[in-house]
Amino acid sequence: MAMKTSSAKFKERVDEGLHNDFMRMAVSSAQERLHGRRLTAVDELGNWEDWRSLGQEIRQHVLANLDFYLHQLAENVSKRGGLVFFAETAEEASGYIKDVIVNKKAKKIVKSKSMVTEEINLNAALEAIGLDVVETDLGEYILQVDDHDPPSHIVAPALHKNKEQIREVFKEKLGYTQTEKPEELTAHVRGILRKDFLSADVGITGCNFAIAETGSIGLVTNEGNADLVTALPKTQITVMGMERLVPTFDEFEVLVSLLTRSAVGQRLTSYITALTGPRDEGDVDGPEEFHLVIVDNGRSSILGTEFQSVLQCIRCAACINVCPVYRQVGGHSYGSIYPGPIGAVLSPLLGGYDDFKELPYASTLCAACTEACPVKIPLHDLLRKHREVIVEKEKMAPFSEKMAMKAFGIGAASPMLYKFGSKMVPSAMSPFKTGDSISKGPGPLKSWTESREFPAPGKESFRDWFKNREKGGNPS
Amino acid sequence: MKVTLFATCLVDLFQSNVGKATVELLERLGCEIDFPESQICCGQPAYNSGYTKDSKEAMKKMIRTFADAEHIVTPSGSCAAMFKEYPVLFQGDVEWEKKAISLAEKTYELTQFIVDVLKVTDVGATFKGKATYHTSCHMTRLLKVKEAPSILLSHVKGLEMTPLPDAQNCCGFGGTFSVKMGDISGQMVEEKVCNIQDTGADFLIGGDSGCLMNIGGRIQRKGEPIQVLHIAEVLNGM
Repeated sequence: MAMKTSSAKFKERVDEGLHNDFMRMAVSSAQERLHGRRLTAVDELGNWEDWRSLGQEIRQHVLANLDFYLHQLAENVSKRGGLVFFAETAEEASGYIKDVIVNKKAKKIVKSKSMVTEEINLNAALEAIGLDVVETDLGEYILQVDDHDPPSHIVAPALHKNKEQIREVFKEKLGYTQTEKPEELTAHVRGILRKDFLSADVGITGCNFAIAETGSIGLVTNEGNADLVTALPKTQITVMGMERLVPTFDEFEVLVSLLTRSAVGQRLTSYITALTGPRDEGDVDGPEEFHLVIVDNGRSSILGTEFQSVLQCIRCAACINVCPVYRQVGGHSYGSIYPGPIGAVLSPLLGGYDDFKELPYASTLCAACTEACPVKIPLHDLLRKHREVIVEKEKMAPFSEKMAMKAFGIGAASPMLYKFGSKMVPSAMSPFKTGDSISKGPGPLKSWTESREFPAPGKESFRDWFKNREKGGNPS
Repeated sequence: MKVTLFATCLVDLFQSNVGKATVELLERLGCEIDFPESQICCGQPAYNSGYTKDSKEAMKKMIRTFADAEHIVTPSGSCAAMFKEYPVLFQGDVEWEKKAISLAEKTYELTQFIVDVLKVTDVGATFKGKATYHTSCHMTRLLKVKEAPSILLSHVKGLEMTPLPDAQNCCGFGGTFSVKMGDISGQMVEEKVCNIQDTGADFLIGGDSGCLMNIGGRIQRKGEPIQVLHIAEVLNGM
């Protein structure tokens, strides 16, 4: 899956989302469940605002000293016998990984969940040369089996499917014969995956946080699949976004706590694993060869810009879980592997405005995302900044909107014009009035009046009332 | 106490009742109200749409208009939050930054002003009925006024308040969002109205005219017998 998940137009995608009642119900109930659990987990920790500030400080410190920590990480991975590759582009990253696998004459690859491998379109690159790539995170596995259905959420990729739909997918693709009970569905997949783990030649993982001081890779899962991916195959390849690292285990501990509480409302996930280099003499398991692929793919060009804070992201999806727009349209409407508020900020930066220019507008700027973010990324403000870039630098705004805003700028700066304009409004609107409101608005109001009434301007403006009153007129 | 009223453009054009109620309420609480006629719009529609340069002209106009005010009070959390954002916008601007900071420092949303500055929690209002309250996003998240409206409403005689489910979710207004993404906005306001209906309240009270126009428009379209009121109107009830 590359970053872009659909060739349909934004409006068509949204329309499909809005008409998918099942998906919308699944999303809103998941949002409510996760919202409640997150608040409980946050309350339990206490002093949440202080923790958020600490999280923000750690992430900002790392970004400000990224060159130092990347160097330190690479040195320490090498010291422990690992191989480090810096990939500037998605193609370079996929190319390197492909070469490693081909050199090993490997046939089967097991993967644990990783958004950055989706971003660089790794699976397609590997499948194109005939390799058998198996996703082992249950959600990712379901999507892979279902003809590579795109993820709709960065933590719960199959959020848009229910258990009945999953049973149907398994029945058709895997010859599954049991019920839709999650336990039975999971046990079936477990049986299949166990064999894959044992027969795989290469294991590929993502990386929640790398620890620079020790050259370790931190992985956070609930299923334990990442542990099998890293324990059994002879070769391990870990792929990480270049910003996903911390100085030491002290900061790792803070960020993992923020991550698990914000993502799923858990104090800790079932498995939190830190791995350092390949198998040592005397180790009973672990890979013989360890590769760390550090992916830039547009990140370094965000550094030093007004969007730098987006690189603080720890991919917890708290912003997605509180977003009232995501709630209505679901993940696929965004057309990016990164949906929701974080996706609407990140996708245009990594994938360009041509494909993702609508996303910054898919927000009411309600700031629920900003409030939920455990590392204090001002997401709603970054969405607004994108609009500024689209209008002022990219010049992509529609002509009618530009004219309207120009008129606004002139009108709003001149009280005479404003007064004249506002006096015109009631009579300009009167042809559309039915009673005290407008049911079918002209121009841009049409979209409003599809679902609600628009108020007709009052006969007397507030300012006229105030003036009359001062003059001793009717205080009505 | 001298209060300079920033009425907001929505109140001026569409909801003059809210402006009247604000004036009467503040006068009853002993304030002397001034309304400078040269005030227009805070610039938020243009600013939030990405037209920062165009919006700055409106902002400079507002800074000049309110330069001599002691306390600026507005019946809108969203417009008050926009005034508070001015210093960020004019950061590093030798001519305007200080003036923007001074404007932001003396700006208050109506309920915030009553509770924090006037130190009044019971305005002596009476209003009979069962109501629920819409906590607008900009008032709670940007301006961080979370308690003042409910403190004031809790002292209104005859008023029974009932909590609104999923109150934290946006109503779908979002300024230009409501027309630019009208279909998504329509679904958001529909969910909000369903939640309001579920409370069994006869009145929906809120502190931001944008949200109230949006929610009220949907209630009217559905033909629901729920009346939408600005908190100033309720607090002015005698």
